[in-house]
Amino acid sequence: MEWETVIGLEIHTQLATRSKIFSGASTAYGAEANTQACAVDLGLPGVLPVLNAEVVTMAIKLGLAISATVAPLSVFARKNYFYPDLPKGYQISQMELPIVEHGKMEIVLEDGARKFIGVTRAHLEEDAGKSLHEDFQGMTGIDLNRAGTPLLEIVSEPDMRSAKEAVAYMKKMHSLVRYLGISDGNMQEGSFRCDANVSVRPKGQKEFGTRAELKNINSFRFVERAINIEVERQIDVIEGGGKVVQETRLYDANRDETRSMRSKEEAMDYRYFPDPDLLPVEITAAEIEAVRKTLPELPEARKQRFVNDYQLSEYDADFLTNSRELADYFEVVVKQSAEAKLSANWVMGELAGMLNKEGKDIGESPVTAEMLAGMLLRIKDSTISGKIAKEVFEAMWQGEGDADAVIEQKGLKQISDSGAIEKVLDEIIAANPQQFDQLQAGKDKLMGFFVGQVMKAMGGKANPAQVNELMKKKLA
Amino acid sequence: MHTKSLAELAEGLRNKDFSSEELTKSALNRISQYDSQLNSFISVAEEQALVQARHADAQITSGKLSSLTGIPIAQKDIFCTEGIRTSCASRMLDNFISPYDATVVEKFNAAGAIMVGKTNMDEFAMGSSNETSFYGAVKNPWDTERVPGGSSGGSAAAVAARLVPAATGTDTGGSIRQPAALCGITGIKPTYGRVSRYGMIAFASSLDQAGAMAPSAEDTAIMLNAMAGFDARDSTSIEKEVPDYTAVLNNDIKGLKIGIPKEYFGEGLDAEVAAKIEQAVDEYKKLGAEIIDISLPNSSLSVPVYYVVAPAECSSNLSRFDGVRFGYRCDDPKDLEDLYKRSRGEAFGPEVKRRIMIGTYALSAGYYDAYYLKAQKLRRLISEDFKQAFENVDVIMGPTAPSTAFKIGEKSDDPITMYLSDIYTIATNLAGLPGMSVPAGFSNGLPVGLQIIGSYFDEARLLNVAHQYQNVTDWHQQIPEGFK
Repeated sequence: MEWETVIGLEIHTQLATRSKIFSGASTAYGAEANTQACAVDLGLPGVLPVLNAEVVTMAIKLGLAISATVAPLSVFARKNYFYPDLPKGYQISQMELPIVEHGKMEIVLEDGARKFIGVTRAHLEEDAGKSLHEDFQGMTGIDLNRAGTPLLEIVSEPDMRSAKEAVAYMKKMHSLVRYLGISDGNMQEGSFRCDANVSVRPKGQKEFGTRAELKNINSFRFVERAINIEVERQIDVIEGGGKVVQETRLYDANRDETRSMRSKEEAMDYRYFPDPDLLPVEITAAEIEAVRKTLPELPEARKQRFVNDYQLSEYDADFLTNSRELADYFEVVVKQSAEAKLSANWVMGELAGMLNKEGKDIGESPVTAEMLAGMLLRIKDSTISGKIAKEVFEAMWQGEGDADAVIEQKGLKQISDSGAIEKVLDEIIAANPQQFDQLQAGKDKLMGFFVGQVMKAMGGKANPAQVNELMKKKLA
Repeated sequence: MHTKSLAELAEGLRNKDFSSEELTKSALNRISQYDSQLNSFISVAEEQALVQARHADAQITSGKLSSLTGIPIAQKDIFCTEGIRTSCASRMLDNFISPYDATVVEKFNAAGAIMVGKTNMDEFAMGSSNETSFYGAVKNPWDTERVPGGSSGGSAAAVAARLVPAATGTDTGGSIRQPAALCGITGIKPTYGRVSRYGMIAFASSLDQAGAMAPSAEDTAIMLNAMAGFDARDSTSIEKEVPDYTAVLNNDIKGLKIGIPKEYFGEGLDAEVAAKIEQAVDEYKKLGAEIIDISLPNSSLSVPVYYVVAPAECSSNLSRFDGVRFGYRCDDPKDLEDLYKRSRGEAFGPEVKRRIMIGTYALSAGYYDAYYLKAQKLRRLISEDFKQAFENVDVIMGPTAPSTAFKIGEKSDDPITMYLSDIYTIATNLAGLPGMSVPAGFSNGLPVGLQIIGSYFDEARLLNVAHQYQNVTDWHQQIPEGFK
């Protein structure tokens, strides 16, 4: 039988506020355990939450960016359960009235087709602390630095039909929250992670199959892996005559398998109810408009602008606008070098290749946009050839200075002195009389041979156009 | 000194008739002399109180003083006090020392008041008799075999016996007004949101409100002046200017429209209590007030609605007491579940457990709509009753409690009868309205309280109305035999 996969994602993105969602404690990552948890985060008796207004603005930004409804009235609710790293015995979240509803986002599939993924809702909530199970001699340590960190949980419709679509959606959302500046999207630090609801059904069937929820996946690769493995498992279960049970499963990257955490029967009753310590969040149309004015140019619009203004292909524009940082980098290079196509080629080619090879982010590139632009200017004014430029780029990457310094230091300046070139050319013609005769007799292929020999003899520094020119004169 | 009112004490301090240190020592002496009979204090902060008193004396000398500078007061043990145990009368917090002060405590400190100790109460403010305290029952100074009411029973008993001139209380369903009535003192529960809840250990967040307890309306007005006001740390506190509550105490109340709800005089009300309330209302007539019969048709819903909403909120509020970060932790837990079960099982008393269970049930999937949601809807009906009533009257009057103080142990095995002690006070909490209890005479030697309910933020009028009555009566000046 042919099976169809159905996937919905719940993405938890940490909002990039300086202080926590309900207290003034810092959200900075990596501090010593329990040094960034104040009385409110610790859930001490008598303390009360006060909403950080910044998170509301950030949620509105997301809502606007995905064409969603920003709720004029949303309500914080308590999700009650006991866990040692949940200080109050409840998590403050939003249940019945979330701040954002009914959004959508377009993804591009592998074959270039486009597809809208519905976003059911996005709601604000606080993160819990961390349980540390190692180094405590059989006991568990609790670090509450993360407790109270603001999260925006973005819940999609079950609109994705393959792991690849899920990854495309997750990447697009990742790019979007970074564009909006509402999250640093750092996946290693857990600032962007997701739960995947996965089910399968016979192709053509309308009803959804029973789903399993895969918890806490924090990389694009793992999302794809975990979904594919889970889909295989479910198909095996069904084809083996069994039934998929509704449950929460964990993806174990080390063993490359998913395994059951708890079944539906064991699912907790969270006893949600409106938090009486917090007032409903009221948002006026004027407030929404004020936030709209602060929105940066969004990926889709920027891509179109790149196509129109820089005459880039759809593919190039898509690649370059994938992250705000990369797009910003590219635009600096273009503005300073005034060479759009050349800039795109270098950013997507040599630069992207090196970043990829060394596992670096664009922000960590040793070659800054200014340095790259400086180098492109030297190509443009014929100081160096494209080939030499690769050597210059390599040297800049290794920290040997900017393009001018590298060219100077390594003596890579292109030779445009026709006298010097002609001298070398004459020597080469003299050394290869047979080939020269053949060329003169019309064997045009040999043109490349002579130019190549000159370039070789001159260490690649000769201006190739000039060599061609001179060679043609010799033949005339 | 202990028979003087707050205003008189402030005057004495200003005139240097006595120092704050002398006054504080006098209060501390009375506590050590009499409190073994009452059990009204959980902690006495002698050392800190004397330090505060000396500081206050220095301020008085330099002329920088407020109307509370140097005055000893007691804090209900529900308010977090930095460095001094805050137990909420529970074994759970027997070892808990807060690292911060509640806003109310901060405000009294800033006003120069001296905190002599923390008063006893029902465990986590859940009770109407002060019998649920981990530290034992508080006794009513008018008859030590009887309860002082609850949950602010320690504050009420300490003020009634004149151990301190005034104390704080909190009121979730009558916890200031009912003990004030049963102990023969004056108590005010302000409008919800008037006083910050920050640092006040939560029982039912949408109902809890801090207030003041003292012999007279004038004294509670002075206390409320220090307590009231917006607090950015409490999102439910209201940003509204605080008037000087003493400013209008002496206003004439001629023409005041007093509503008498017929529902507050029905079955279950003790006949003698009813008679005293009628006499008090007659007194108001003499003062020129107009008496209007009114109806609050949904009154009978108050107790059932309250016993869904309050336990639901408490079941969640008390989840943080889990033995993990502070408070009681059982010995040698086997695993996490054992830690939770035994820590909570061993440290919470039966009434607290009962309410956590009721609340957990009311919020459970499948029951939420039938209980919690329905209760919230009925709560709006109860508020509507009051809103309509206040279109025609200025204040509403009736009994604070259906009877005078009952015997210790008399109702402790029967929670439903106990819950009915708050039948007249609960509705104001559900509606968020301000309410007072004012001494209105005695029945068989036990105090009777007159309840006065006002419209939102009408505390100044309530205090004025109470003060005018106290100008022509002396019930609030009576001191129980043995504590004079």
